Amino acid sequence: MNTNHLRTNQISRIKLFGENYSRVAKSEITIAVILILIILWGWFGLYKQITVGHGVTGMRDNAVWGYFISNFIYFIGASYGGALVAAILYYFKIPWGRPVIRIAALMAFISGIIGPFFILLCIGRFDRLHYLIIYARVQSPITWDVMVISTYLVGISIFLYLLLIKDMAILANTDIIEKPKWKTKVYKWLSLGYTGEGKQEDIIDHSTQSVAFIIMPKIILAFAVLSWIFGMTLRPGWHSAIFGPNYIISSVATGVALIIILMWFYRKWYNLEEYITDLQFRKMSLILLILIGIFGYFTFSEYITIWYSSAQWEANLMEKLFTFSEFGWPFHLSNFFAIILPIVILFFRKWRTPNVVTSLSILIAVSMWVKRYLNVVPTLETTLLPIQDTRENYVSYSATWVEWALVLAGAATFILFMMMIPKLVNIIPIKERKDEK
Amino acid sequence: MCHKKDNIESRRTFIKLGLAAGCSAAVCGCGGNSITSQAEGETVKVLTPEGELVEVLKAQLTPLPEEELVSNEEARKGIEGRRFVMVIDLGRCNNARKCITACQKMHHQPEDKEWLQVKLMNDSDLTGPYWFPKTCYHCDNPPCVKVCPVNATFKRKDGLVLIDADRCIGCKFCMTACPYSTRVFNWYEPEQSEEIAHCASSPETSVPSQIGTVDKCDFCPDMVRRGKLPDCVTACPNGVFYFGDENEDIVTNGPETVRLKKLLRDRAAYRYMEDLGTEPRVYYLPPSDRVVDFDSGFEGKSEELLNRYKRDI
Repeated sequence: MNTNHLRTNQISRIKLFGENYSRVAKSEITIAVILILIILWGWFGLYKQITVGHGVTGMRDNAVWGYFISNFIYFIGASYGGALVAAILYYFKIPWGRPVIRIAALMAFISGIIGPFFILLCIGRFDRLHYLIIYARVQSPITWDVMVISTYLVGISIFLYLLLIKDMAILANTDIIEKPKWKTKVYKWLSLGYTGEGKQEDIIDHSTQSVAFIIMPKIILAFAVLSWIFGMTLRPGWHSAIFGPNYIISSVATGVALIIILMWFYRKWYNLEEYITDLQFRKMSLILLILIGIFGYFTFSEYITIWYSSAQWEANLMEKLFTFSEFGWPFHLSNFFAIILPIVILFFRKWRTPNVVTSLSILIAVSMWVKRYLNVVPTLETTLLPIQDTRENYVSYSATWVEWALVLAGAATFILFMMMIPKLVNIIPIKERKDEK
Repeated sequence: MCHKKDNIESRRTFIKLGLAAGCSAAVCGCGGNSITSQAEGETVKVLTPEGELVEVLKAQLTPLPEEELVSNEEARKGIEGRRFVMVIDLGRCNNARKCITACQKMHHQPEDKEWLQVKLMNDSDLTGPYWFPKTCYHCDNPPCVKVCPVNATFKRKDGLVLIDADRCIGCKFCMTACPYSTRVFNWYEPEQSEEIAHCASSPETSVPSQIGTVDKCDFCPDMVRRGKLPDCVTACPNGVFYFGDENEDIVTNGPETVRLKKLLRDRAAYRYMEDLGTEPRVYYLPPSDRVVDFDSGFEGKSEELLNRYKRDI
């Protein structure tokens, strides 16, 4: 591809990539080492779980699902949410969204890979995983989930890849910046011989547009199927129509929060102030505000209807959530940080600044994780028959070091990948659509 | 009950030696009494049905047919023409827990694994508390079977819901789906002897337990095939459990045999949480006209056991 045809702003973006993304600072290495150590600790925990059995976790006969499933629905939900944001921004050609699309798609891709890993950790027999395919039972929501997640992963991979192809071709052939030989080779291979001549660009643009269109309903379906794993059981807190919509809204909000955090870090670290401006943060804050507002309404509506009626079925669950010695602290704190605080602060336009919204996003991201946990464990502890067991861990769930190690390793993997990917792939697109500057 | 994996081999050996086996093979399934050649004229003492102790020639004894495990396909279909049902008389239960220990012994389960549980139920302040034995209900509309992704748990035509431990992947979805929390999971390597661990596995015996899979009460179909009642039924000192067949309209608790429909109607039977729509196959007779005292359920129990009921008294 002839780099002489590049416009000045595209050349400056290439230079930006060369200057900033390709260097590796000392602090980055330190952080990477710490993250790798955490990941190794997680792998050790996994080794213990495989050799000794699931008993090394805190899960027991009543709370059979714990941190692993909450982590799974957290990451997969964030992935779906990020992909939805990326697809909408791309498909509707939203002007301010252009710098954000790639960050969103990358976040969706990485979370989408980490999430399913945690659901596999829940399976008691690793050696029988293939049974999910060869003995699959179509009536089971888990089979639907397997189908829907695999389809989604293919979809988001294709979408991300199509977004990257043009830049890969440019980077492979340009000599404006210095790059090691292996990187050139990778770019060449990834670009699949794209030269931009003739109809090629049209084909890529139209394909990406189509994939963006297809992926939107696919994501909604994926959300629905995942929520039906819970919604279709006879358990208080799960067997409610609002579980699904609640899950969708909170996951898209989590995805937006994670994107905002990434935007802030990338902007700071790679000097992207020219591209990721205050406008992007303002718009994303508004989106976050709307999503959190809807989420707050769903949450409030769910609990006020349970509280007002007398049915024992869910009253026991409510009692657990509101008692401070049980789940009261995580419940109230997560509601405050994930719902009340963001709504109050982001309501005022002057506070929708990058620093404020990023701090709020960090609080939201953590609180949403707690909310995922509160969606899973309190319900499992609220059995319809009295438990009447003296073994403490059969009555109430408490995670062991194995679960903490693996959860932190999952977070560390996410952070590590999001740190490493910009070294290979540029965050700010060099060549966008044919009609865009 | 442990079954040798290799029934064909042992039969060949038996025929080869051409001897009448001394003891019934049923009792010593896994290499119990060895088949050694006997000198002619060796006798053994046996008890006749009339109560006489006689000596007979060992060579004249006919061995019981060795119980064979049915194939996996047969185990998934069920026993032809039966519809098993259980009736539990709450007026007779006083937490003797002999049913629990018998079940654990039969299925080689440790003390802390209860496939059959006895709960203390206290419905409201003014109504009386009662002891509530809870088995798997083998529901006709089982929520556990609905959600299994690999068909490891299944509903048979004789009404039983069983688990194929060789198929189970341990996702525990069935455990979350069961509203009665009747299923248990093998979190560690199951505490069972080497011998049991190497038994042939069958959904009808639920033995051996396998790590990372789910277990539950199975209504002992392997016993039923041999014309015996499940151990919980026979072990209960108060005759709480009635086990039987809906098609034959008969249930029995060992000494008493009654007509099922008449029993259910006369004693105002009910199913626990009927409105969940799971259609359980276990009926409860309400604890009116108590035969045993409720408080006797606390006698002679360990401190640890009594601690369980603190919240619900």
